[in-house]
Amino acid sequence: MATVHRRSAGEWIFDHANIFFLAFLCFVMLYPLYYVAVASVSDGNQLMAHTGPLMAPLGFSLAAYRMVFNNSMVVRSFFNSVYLVIVGTSVNLLLTSFAAYVLSRKRVYWKNLIMVMAVITMMFHRGLVPFFLTVRSLGLLDTYWSVILGFAISAYNMIIMRTYFLTIPDSLEESAKMDGANDFTILFRIILPVAKPVVATMILFYGVGRWNGYFYVMIFLRDRLKYPISLVLREILVANSADSMVGADGAGDMGDTERIADSIKFATTMVATVPILVLYPYLQKYFVKGAMIGSVKG
Amino acid sequence: MAKNSATATVDLAVRPRMFRAGYGTMLRKDFNRNRYLYLMALPVVAFFVIFHYVPMYGLVISFKRYSPALGINGSPWVGFKYFVDFFESYYTWRLIRNTILLSVYSLVWGFPAPIILALLINEVRSTGFKRVVQSLTYVPHFISLVVVAGLLLEFSQGSGLFNDIVQWFGGERIFFFQEPRFFRGMYIGSGIWQEVGWGTIIYLSALSAIDPQLYEAATIDGAGRFSKLWRITVPSIIPTIVVLLILRLGQLMTVGHEKIILLYNSSIYETADVISTFVYRKGLLDFSWSYATAIGMFNSIINLLLVVTANAISRRVNETSLW
Repeated sequence: MATVHRRSAGEWIFDHANIFFLAFLCFVMLYPLYYVAVASVSDGNQLMAHTGPLMAPLGFSLAAYRMVFNNSMVVRSFFNSVYLVIVGTSVNLLLTSFAAYVLSRKRVYWKNLIMVMAVITMMFHRGLVPFFLTVRSLGLLDTYWSVILGFAISAYNMIIMRTYFLTIPDSLEESAKMDGANDFTILFRIILPVAKPVVATMILFYGVGRWNGYFYVMIFLRDRLKYPISLVLREILVANSADSMVGADGAGDMGDTERIADSIKFATTMVATVPILVLYPYLQKYFVKGAMIGSVKG
Repeated sequence: MAKNSATATVDLAVRPRMFRAGYGTMLRKDFNRNRYLYLMALPVVAFFVIFHYVPMYGLVISFKRYSPALGINGSPWVGFKYFVDFFESYYTWRLIRNTILLSVYSLVWGFPAPIILALLINEVRSTGFKRVVQSLTYVPHFISLVVVAGLLLEFSQGSGLFNDIVQWFGGERIFFFQEPRFFRGMYIGSGIWQEVGWGTIIYLSALSAIDPQLYEAATIDGAGRFSKLWRITVPSIIPTIVVLLILRLGQLMTVGHEKIILLYNSSIYETADVISTFVYRKGLLDFSWSYATAIGMFNSIINLLLVVTANAISRRVNETSLW
C-alpha cells in the first residue's frame, strides 16, 4: 500500500497479532524437522528417558549415524534412489519437453489429438490393477524401468511446460529456421535455454516425486537390493522393522540397536530428507512461477 | 441414419478426385513440413498408448473372470458379477462413506486454510518477513509421505511428542492410530500442515494482481485497513476461489491410497479404509484382480462424471475451464 497513514490501535494490534501468528505457524511447519535433526544426534538413553518437546540435543552422539552409514541396506538404497532420480527425471524431462514442444507449435494437424489423448489420462484413471498387469506383461516387474517408463510424462506437467513454451516469441526461432535448423535443434538450442524457469520447475516436481515416491516401487520391485531409500525408510519408520535398521548383514548387535532405535529412525529420516532440503533453496526462485502456471491452467 | 451414411459414401465416391486428393495432399504436406515434430511425438504417443490406453483396455477384466494363465482376452465373461458382488458386500457402504467423509472434511477444513493464510501473508508490510514466511511454509510440501506418516506414527505413540503435549494440558495419553475416531483428524490435520503453504501460491499471485490504485482511491475516500480488506482484497480473489472450489468438487470421490496405506491398520479400518485402499488390498495383496478392477472402475467413472460436471459449471460461472 503506497499511502502512509497513522495506524489505529486496532490495526496495531492486528499487525502484531498477525506477525506473531505467522511466526508461530513457521515454527509449527519446521519444528517436526528440527525435532528429527535434534533427536538424531541425541544420546539414545537420554532420548528414551525424555518426555516433552526437544529444544536442543540431549547429550551428543553420532552412534545412530554410524549405524545408518554402516547399514549396507541404507547406503545401497540411497544410491539406488540417486540413480532412479537421475535417469527417471532425465526421461521425464526429455519426453515432457518433446510433448510440450509439439503441442506449442502452430499448424500441426494431429496436435489436438495428442492433446486430447493426454487430457483424458488426467480425467480417467488407468486403474491400479490393469496398470500393474500391463507392466507385468511387458516384463518390467522388478526393474526400475517399470516406474521410469510408467510415469514418463505427467499430463499436468506437460501442460505447464506447454503453457510456458507458448509465451516464447516466435521471432527467436525464426532465424534458426531460416538457417535450416530442424525442430530438435530448435528445441535443444533455443527453446530449452530460454525456458530455464520451467525446466527448473520440472526438475523439482519430477525429481522430488521420484525421490519421495514409495508406492509404485513397492508394488513393482521384489528384489530388496533394488529398493530405493523411500522403501527402506518405510520399513524402518512405518513397519518398525529392526532387521532393516541393522541391515541384512547384521552390522552391530541387536541390544545396541534397540537402545538407539529411535535415533536410528530419525537419522535415516535425515539421510532421506536432507538432499531435498539442500536442493530446495536453489530451485525455489523458479518453482513458484511454475506452480502458478500449473494451478491456473492445470 | 443409415440412409444418410449411405448417401455420404455415394457422395464420396462420385466426388471429383481433387477433393480426396486435397485431403491426402494436405496430410502429406503436413507430414513433410512437420517430419521432425512427428518424430518427437512418436515416443510421447507410445507412452500414452502403452502405459495409459492399454491399461484402460485392461479394465474389461472387471467384466471377466480374469486368470493370468488365460490372459485378458482368453478369460471368460461374467457380466456385472463383480459389481453386484461389491454392492452386496458388507464393506461397500463403509468404504463409500469413509471416502466421501474424508474428502468432505478435507474440503471443509483444508480448502479455506490457504485462503486465510494468503490473506494474512498479504497483510504483512515487511517484504522480507513475507518472503521468509512463504519459503518456510512451502517446505512441508516437499517432504516425503513416508516421512510424514512415519513421524505421525512416532509422535502419536504412547510415549510420543503428541502425547507429551496432551499430558502437558492435563489430558490422558492416547493411542491415536489405534482408535478409529482420531483417524480423520490426524489425516486431515497432517494434510493441512503439508499443503497449506503450497496452496497459498495461487491466491498470493491473484492478490498481487490487484490494482494498487483501488487501494489508493479507497484510502482517499477514508476507508480503513479492514474495510479495504473486506471490500477490495477479498472480492478480488473470489473468482479464483470459485474456480478452485469447483475443480476441488470434481475430486470429491478421490481419496488417494498412498498416505492411508502408510498410516492405517486393521483396528481403524472402520474410519480409515477407503475405496482406493480396498482396491489395493483386494487387487495386489489378495489377487482378486477382476473384483478390484471393477471397484476401481466404479470409482473412476464417478470421478469422471464429477470432473465433467464441475468443469461444465466452471465454464458457466467463470468462462474458465480445464479444457
